[in-house]
Amino acid sequence: MEHIVIIGNGIAGVSAARHIRKNSDKKITIVSTETEYFFSRTALMYVYMGHMKFEHTQPYENWFWKKNSIDLVKGFVTTVDHKNKKLTLREGGELGYDKLIIATGSKPNKFGWPGQDLKGVQGLYHRQDLEKLEANAPNNKVCKRAVIVGGGLIGIELAEMLVTRNIPVTFLVRETSFWNGVLPKGESALINEHILEHHIDLRLATNLVEIISDENGRAKAVTTDKGDTIECNVVGLTAGVSPNIDFLKDSGIELGRGVKVNRFLETNIPDVYAIGDCAEQHEAIGNRRPIEAVWYTGRMMGETLAQTLCGNRRSYNPGHWFNSAKFLDIEYQTYGWVFSERGMKDYEQHFHWRHATEKICITVSFDKNTKKFLGINTFGIRMRHAIFDRWLTEERGVDHVMEYLKDANFDPEFYAVYEQEILAQYNAEFGTSIVPKKKSWKRIFERV
Amino acid sequence: MSTYDNNMSLTGEPPKALNTGQKLATLLGMAGLGILVLNLFNLSFPNSGLWLTISLVAIFAGIVWFSQAAYGHKSKGIKNDGVWFKSMSSRGVLAWIAGIALTGFYVVLYFYPQYLGLVKDGDNTGVIALFDPLSKLLSGNPASQWFVYGALYTVAILAFGIKFIWKYRHNTYEKIRTISVMFFQTAFAFIIPEIMARLNGDLPYYDLKNMWPLNYYNFERYRINSFVDGGDIGLAMLIFGVLSIFVISPILTFKFGKRWYCSWVCGCGGLAETAGDSFRQLSDKSKFAWKVERWVVHSVVVFVTLMTTAVIYSYLGNDTSKYWLTKSTFLIGVGSILTLVFAWVMIYKRQELQKDAKYGAIGYFVIIAALIGMHVFSGDGNIFVFKSETLRKSYSFLIGSIFSGVIGTGFYPILGNRVWCRFGCPMAAILGFQQRMFSKFRITTNGGQCISCGNCSTYCEMGIDVRAYAQKGENIVRSSCVGCGICSAVCPRGVLKLENGPLEGRINPTEVLLGNDVDLMELVNKK
Repeated sequence: MEHIVIIGNGIAGVSAARHIRKNSDKKITIVSTETEYFFSRTALMYVYMGHMKFEHTQPYENWFWKKNSIDLVKGFVTTVDHKNKKLTLREGGELGYDKLIIATGSKPNKFGWPGQDLKGVQGLYHRQDLEKLEANAPNNKVCKRAVIVGGGLIGIELAEMLVTRNIPVTFLVRETSFWNGVLPKGESALINEHILEHHIDLRLATNLVEIISDENGRAKAVTTDKGDTIECNVVGLTAGVSPNIDFLKDSGIELGRGVKVNRFLETNIPDVYAIGDCAEQHEAIGNRRPIEAVWYTGRMMGETLAQTLCGNRRSYNPGHWFNSAKFLDIEYQTYGWVFSERGMKDYEQHFHWRHATEKICITVSFDKNTKKFLGINTFGIRMRHAIFDRWLTEERGVDHVMEYLKDANFDPEFYAVYEQEILAQYNAEFGTSIVPKKKSWKRIFERV
Repeated sequence: MSTYDNNMSLTGEPPKALNTGQKLATLLGMAGLGILVLNLFNLSFPNSGLWLTISLVAIFAGIVWFSQAAYGHKSKGIKNDGVWFKSMSSRGVLAWIAGIALTGFYVVLYFYPQYLGLVKDGDNTGVIALFDPLSKLLSGNPASQWFVYGALYTVAILAFGIKFIWKYRHNTYEKIRTISVMFFQTAFAFIIPEIMARLNGDLPYYDLKNMWPLNYYNFERYRINSFVDGGDIGLAMLIFGVLSIFVISPILTFKFGKRWYCSWVCGCGGLAETAGDSFRQLSDKSKFAWKVERWVVHSVVVFVTLMTTAVIYSYLGNDTSKYWLTKSTFLIGVGSILTLVFAWVMIYKRQELQKDAKYGAIGYFVIIAALIGMHVFSGDGNIFVFKSETLRKSYSFLIGSIFSGVIGTGFYPILGNRVWCRFGCPMAAILGFQQRMFSKFRITTNGGQCISCGNCSTYCEMGIDVRAYAQKGENIVRSSCVGCGICSAVCPRGVLKLENGPLEGRINPTEVLLGNDVDLMELVNKK
């Protein structure tokens, strides 16, 4: 019986394992040193905030693995010997494989800042980071202030976490506005305001210079390129992540920033595959990045590779881009491509609507020449994934999207609706006279 | 797990302390409760009307003030910070104290009302006497333990309802739903029956929204008699009672799911959603619990059906010339209705049920066999060897008192707020069956947006593992779902939406989620 070994028990590795099991009776082993069982990494923040206990972040009950005969090994892989198809474990022992899936995810970036390895300096990625944070910042007496470096999704989550324990937070963001490398300026501005509403000391266009140590080798302050010194007990480094592949350095597996893979998620070595955050495409797929460190893409790569390993060789061919996040109280969803001013295509034009008082806005992106709909960002309004996916497939025009916007609304029942208002502004800006169509179940559920 | 826990206990001091406002509010509320407790020990207060007012106002104001102190200064949004750190909401010492106190209260209420001050012939004493002025104001009669309970129950739903609305003030669905349960409790369960008693003393006490089988005693002899004696209104009420379960509830459940009742109208649900909201995360989500749930709750349905049939059977006659409904016609009627439902399900819904069908069949045949048994072996109020009265009494004791009250509500802080609704309520089981088989209601999963975080499952009071469906891109269609909407509210990615849509595609098992290769989805999901 073929033995498939998966290194890493995150969403990519576990999705692969589940789908291989559905389609075969191959022997499956998942090796992880982080935790015994799969958990949802995106939910770590809720454990610190007291919304959930750690066990709630585990999507499957503990009996699941045995029942589906997926063997779990707690161990750290130090070397991969692909000639003999063997892994060496730090804990001792070797593990043979017939097919190897590398799904080791990411690790937080460190850019060589002085003091980056001091006590009290940490990222937020692994389960162990949560334990560290619980020790470093249990309350606002132990941690009188925290400084967060890096204005991305993890940075704002870490800020939200610390605020729930009444710990003052200073948030250093390199960009002139929060996450404006990704978000268009109107949305980025809205999030800036929201961060300040939560009494987070947001410092835009500010870089970390140095983390200063106290006599015990623990961080006691940071200095910034604005000349400020900020006293603090915890420094959160959240300037992005990069593939967690150090153990593969001398393995012979081709590495770039991540494990280099082709469209079939195959590495240069036969029977060795890489999926999830740690995989790097030789060439980016469409507008995607070569390394996609996103929950959903990890899952999709796992689903795809499982097919290949079960005799149905398929390339990784993801559908339309989508993503989501939550910035403090504001939910964000995106479907298709909406680029920030920095990354905007020359053919791309935006329509931006923002509510007069509430923190609600949308940005619709379309081709300025053909008026083809390209994508939408929504803040504070939930939208239907299936509808936007269909409109993107059908290459609908932006006018069509506006006309049928009510079909896409996914907010809970009785919520205030904004389509009229959005459309009024759209009509005024573009000289159209579109009348919104009423929501239709028939359209929503029709098969494409 | 263990290292993390050690960290928590050594250095951890997460935010669980109450702020000053919350402390003062607790003091006020407890003072109100204290007045009731003092009366319990027969330190009878002169001028009970005044003291009752002070007590209830203090309790009410204390809870509202507490909510204001807890949520007033925070921005709109999800308010679950520290839920698993606080003793009260994470089965800590406070939770056990509260659980034991509540359980004790229910035991006294159901079985020893004399300790509350109930006096059968003569003036009430103790805490019941304290409520006499209010009862006399409404119905003209002195209070009973049930009046005391009803009044406190209503105060709890109103005050904690305000707390709930404050907590979920960003969520219109939750606000409207909560106003609805507050209204139905105050008007239908509390005030209208009292006023009706005042207007027409012959009518039985009838909370119109409380239908059979939740209201398991609705068709007992003494009630039927007083319905009949109550003239046209009485008869109308009896007809309404029959229509409620056989016509009105199936239609509403078809259109809206069982939520129209369980989380918008029902009093048990009302208390669970308001006073019980702090305990919703305590429900057991394991597959084992789900198994137990299905066996227990459906056994209760079988039990209540047999019990009610037996009770009605026992007082019907055999002579068709006196009244058209005789013992035999009644049994045949019950058997026919059950056969129709069973046949319909087996013919049209077999595919959806899979192995559950087997259990359904067992339940059905047990009942039918029992009905035949009744006909053959019974006589003079005996059902087999039991008296129908014994059957009724055991149901009333085991299900009506122990399960719904003592365990159902008393154990809120330990087992969660919907234990009764999930494991015990035959009404919820029947509506749930309709919801699963024949309803437009579902919780739609939004394509591939789920990140498996687990907030939905954690905060599902019915113990449904919502995430198990959401992470597969599958809609949630479960008989136990009461449609409270909290899974949708706490979802950080906008994945879940309660909605009433077309029947086609309502149940949509998937393997590969939206967003991946369209050909792969086609291939795998069409299997």
